[in-house]
Amino acid sequence: MQEWLERHIPKMVLAPSFVAILIFVYGFIGWTAWVSLTRSRLLPKYEIEGLIQYDRLFASPRWDTAMGNLFIFGTLFIVIAIVLGLLIAILLDQKIRTEGVLRTIYLYPMALSMIVTGTAWKWIMNPGLGIEAMVRSWGFENFTFDWVIDPDKAIYAVVIAAVWQASGFVMALFLAGLRSVDGEIIKAAQVDGIPTYRIYSAIILPSMAPIFLSAFIVLAHLAIKSFDLVIALTGGGPGYSTDLPATYMYAMAFSRGDIGQAASSAMVMMAVVFAIVVPYLYSELRAKHD
Amino acid sequence: MKHSVFAAASAVAIMASGMAMAEPQAEVLHWWTSGGEAKSVAVLQNEFAENGGTWTDMPVAGGGGDAAMTALRARVLSGNAPTAVQLKGPAIQEWYEEGVLADISAVANAEGWADVLPASIAGHMMCEGVWCAAPVNVHRIDWIWGNADVLAANGIEMPTTWDEFNAAADKLMAAGIIPLAHGGQAWQDATVFEAVALGILGPQNFKKAFVDLDMDVLKSDGMVAVFDQMRKMRGYVDANFSGRDWNLATAMVMNGEAAFQIMGDWAKGEFLAAGKVPGKDFLCLSTPGDGFLYNVDSFAMFEVDGDDKQAGQALLSKLIVGKNFQKVFNLNKGSIPARVDVALDEFDSCAHTSSADMNASSEGGSLLPSYAHGMALRGAQSGAITDVVTAHFNSDMSSQDAVNQLADAVANSM
Repeated sequence: MQEWLERHIPKMVLAPSFVAILIFVYGFIGWTAWVSLTRSRLLPKYEIEGLIQYDRLFASPRWDTAMGNLFIFGTLFIVIAIVLGLLIAILLDQKIRTEGVLRTIYLYPMALSMIVTGTAWKWIMNPGLGIEAMVRSWGFENFTFDWVIDPDKAIYAVVIAAVWQASGFVMALFLAGLRSVDGEIIKAAQVDGIPTYRIYSAIILPSMAPIFLSAFIVLAHLAIKSFDLVIALTGGGPGYSTDLPATYMYAMAFSRGDIGQAASSAMVMMAVVFAIVVPYLYSELRAKHD
Repeated sequence: MKHSVFAAASAVAIMASGMAMAEPQAEVLHWWTSGGEAKSVAVLQNEFAENGGTWTDMPVAGGGGDAAMTALRARVLSGNAPTAVQLKGPAIQEWYEEGVLADISAVANAEGWADVLPASIAGHMMCEGVWCAAPVNVHRIDWIWGNADVLAANGIEMPTTWDEFNAAADKLMAAGIIPLAHGGQAWQDATVFEAVALGILGPQNFKKAFVDLDMDVLKSDGMVAVFDQMRKMRGYVDANFSGRDWNLATAMVMNGEAAFQIMGDWAKGEFLAAGKVPGKDFLCLSTPGDGFLYNVDSFAMFEVDGDDKQAGQALLSKLIVGKNFQKVFNLNKGSIPARVDVALDEFDSCAHTSSADMNASSEGGSLLPSYAHGMALRGAQSGAITDVVTAHFNSDMSSQDAVNQLADAVANSM
């Protein structure tokens, strides 16, 4: 009896969450895929009509803008946050006295909700209230920093706020990585007279490859699901110039009563996530088998 | 035998208690949660209670009704619809087509709604020939508000044509005053756009373009002219307009920073709340051109089981269109009564203008639904138009490109 329990208790404990995930994640992905093939408007309908919603989606200039923005935002956000996080981590790793305090200061933005970040940066970057007004009041009358209200540059303003929020977290990841590098190797390199930058570029950073991957995956999914930051910072504007796929989907599903269109945009978003996650999973699994 | 007597007796008892309990009940889903609006809805709540009803309040705030609509969808899909829901415009017919709205023709006919409501507004309350919703108020969208002192100091009258408006705006720019207070949110861009479109296209073509979605009008030279005027409007707005809320724009007119605002008559509430007097501190006039764009709030009754709830729906419909509620509610909300036979003695001069214009335009056939506020079109179509309007307003797109995109977007939204 005891043996039977020992064998089966793990399965019984896991079963409820397994079933829940099966229904509420994969079941609803399937449901969304179904609805995306229908003409659903206000309420979901189930007669399949083919790919009409996808045709509408790809004909929509607003969706083009949203996907373009996701690309710009995702690339810049991930690259800048990783570079900045790594730089801060390396600087903090120089055995300085106030490291604990500085680390907390840099990590703290992560504790804020994206809504707070967005609202604060909306004011900071508002030309009439924030940085531009401040610098002009110092006497630099020609200074302009009006990215938030410029449809061509507003998405970069979103990048600034997002990087501010996430780079502290990336720093913490890298700092942990730096600390996990074997000190003996570094000492040996120092004894051999190798300059510090070479120690970092040739020894420490390559040994942190898994951390880069983790940081990339975390930032990539933050970028794809970005929603609250855009809503708080620009509301998708000016016009719809800072729309992201997530805000597009929200507008279609909840403001416009166009559920079929929202479902098709959700499926395309999921395809983008898969394009990033599947190679990652594949490499992970393959590494285990080797 | 004994058993069946008992069963019959208890059945009678249950029926009797059911009859006794058929006092009106209503669960009301709405999104009037901010100060003045909550006060307005409390009026209805009290009146309902005075008539022996039990009111279950279900306010869902957020997203200009989006959150409430999401809650409604969940309730309807689970087969447990609220008794009455704040709904407006074509959304009423859209829900009726889903087969979930109740017929309230009995009340409407007994109360003679057809005689007291303007025909085009009554049209919004009918679904396939039966009454399915009760109107609460009429907001006028095409208002232009002006700061009286600023205009007097610059020798400017309230404009009655768009050319006059442009001339006045240029003069104000030269004097260092922001001509148009505006907030760069898509719905505000759309509000200005439809006021301009009504003025330039005229009521007939406005109806063809934004109610019937007539491609010939959507692609016409008139529409190009509308976008040309929108480009001018963009120049009359200050640099910080992006994302500004409408009430902050109203405040700019109030304190003389800006001269005009184009906004529905909820802006009047802001002026009045600040102690400003219509005609003295601020001026109200319909935007240049003929016609009247309305935004009518209404309640739709959902199909529910139970005598008590159906009695609640009947009572609620009767009270909503009742003279007393129409007066008290609209005094609180800044709009005008939907029924035309309510005495307006206690209303201000802007409301008098609005009411007179409503009656005149109703007879002239130029009483039209607002597209920007979801009265004229379904969500997908009006949203598609707004996308183009706001993209044009916030970029350097040419008017011709905007018109082409408008036609494509409307076709794509079908």
